[in-house]
Amino acid sequence: MTALLQILFDALSLGSLYALGALGIALIFGVMRLVNFAHGDYIAFCVFALLWPSIDAAAIVFAGNLPTIILIPLILAIGAGLSVLSEILVFRRFRNANPATMMIASFALGYVLKNFLLMLFSSRPKSIDLWSNLSQQVEIAGARIPLLQVITITITIVILIALTAFLKRTRFGLEMRAAAENFTMARMLGVKANRVIMLAFAISGMLAAAIGLILATQSGTVDIQMGMSVMLVAFIATVIGGLGSLPGAVIAGFLIGGASVLMQVILPLEARPFRDAFVYGAVIACLIWRPQGLLAPKSAKQRV
Amino acid sequence: MTSTALSARNVSVSFDGLKALANVVLDIPPQRVTGLIGPNGAGKTTLVNVLTGFQAPDEGSVTMDGKDMAGITSFGIRRLGIARTFQSGRLFSELSVLDNLEVTGVGLGLSRREACAKAEAMLDWIGIASLADRIAGGLPYTDERRVAIGRALMMEPKYLLLDEPAAGMSAEEADDLIALIRRIVAEMKCGVLLIEHNIGLVLNICDHIHVLDSGEIIEDGSPAQIKASEKVRHAYMGTQAEAGGVVL
Repeated sequence: MTALLQILFDALSLGSLYALGALGIALIFGVMRLVNFAHGDYIAFCVFALLWPSIDAAAIVFAGNLPTIILIPLILAIGAGLSVLSEILVFRRFRNANPATMMIASFALGYVLKNFLLMLFSSRPKSIDLWSNLSQQVEIAGARIPLLQVITITITIVILIALTAFLKRTRFGLEMRAAAENFTMARMLGVKANRVIMLAFAISGMLAAAIGLILATQSGTVDIQMGMSVMLVAFIATVIGGLGSLPGAVIAGFLIGGASVLMQVILPLEARPFRDAFVYGAVIACLIWRPQGLLAPKSAKQRV
Repeated sequence: MTSTALSARNVSVSFDGLKALANVVLDIPPQRVTGLIGPNGAGKTTLVNVLTGFQAPDEGSVTMDGKDMAGITSFGIRRLGIARTFQSGRLFSELSVLDNLEVTGVGLGLSRREACAKAEAMLDWIGIASLADRIAGGLPYTDERRVAIGRALMMEPKYLLLDEPAAGMSAEEADDLIALIRRIVAEMKCGVLLIEHNIGLVLNICDHIHVLDSGEIIEDGSPAQIKASEKVRHAYMGTQAEAGGVVL
């Protein structure tokens, strides 16, 4: 029972990260058909924002020493700012380009960001002590669960509820949903395109920042490759969920997280190093079964 | 000229040298139903596109109550009070019916709360309040049309252009539509342009009918005049009558 609970929390906390990442990608895809491969670099950028630029092996923690109450909004704002800035400086110019061109632009932006970080911080991973007291364990129904996992899952649930409320209840949310489905029509009805797109980028950037903070706390390191693996899985999750579907992205994020943790447990010892092969095998099976994704939006069909 | 009407003045449009509209003159007076009929490819939808700013005329002009509409975007024209529906509904299929109307209200400058109240009142007025929470994508054809009309009626436009609203409707459903259009004219004081293939419906409800053929208005007049017109019979209805279609 306790082992089961432990597995459940492992799965949920890993799934949370993937779900948040997938949501960040799906939001942007929804409003402008852009798969933003720079998203992973936003995550890394936000983590490096905790440090003072230096190429020394030891990290010079700067923003990371600020009190939590200031630090969290600051990093979220950096994520949102970076994301919005990339829309203004880069993606806006590709607004009417075809999706492949936009995707390549996002790769290019990702390289620029990565090399910018390399220049300032060098490629060596650095250790950082961010909220290390969260690694202590709490006892839940007899199982010992790292506090950070509980917090990660709680934060994710709060974010999901807040975002749902935003999309359903506010006028910007309504405009965003309409624009995500049919941008031309929404514009014609008076939805302000730039505002909706910038808002989507801001939220997406904040989600990246949230992932960055969780990763840095979890691993205690700051690494240029940090967002990469999350970004990759998150992208796959948006595809499995049905490109453009926000609930689909979240569900698929949790499914992949769950599958990874489950395989780690049930695979025979010799096969465990190849866990990812099994996970991606399941991904392929899922796509063969439902090529349009689990929750493909109805509107996606006529648009392709 | 400062007539109170939505007017096309000598409008010509061509696509790649092909004349879609030639010298079209048409008035849509307020509180009247104006009909526009014509065979497929006659240019009916192109004319609606010109009247609503989706298509700039090569020659001629569009005026609303004497004001020239040249250079105003389709959204600008919508805000000035000219609304339209589309042949294929074009609702946001993932959004609820209520949200579909609300987003129009929000786009036209209302707060979410005001837009919601307006949208609810509109659904109620049309008589489809029960559909409010349904997802628009799953609606039957006729309901989809009525929602599209409701969306176009948000913020009480002065002129409403309906592009084939009865396509695919049964006789009874078309009767409901006629009743709705009558109420739109009587209660909202709206000037309506009705594009339809269902000629019975057009003759039944329109005060004045224009017949478009190959981009030209070949006849216009009262339903009785249109019925009696040799030209119309020849160019349009004759072919249908011969094919076993509508016989007047």
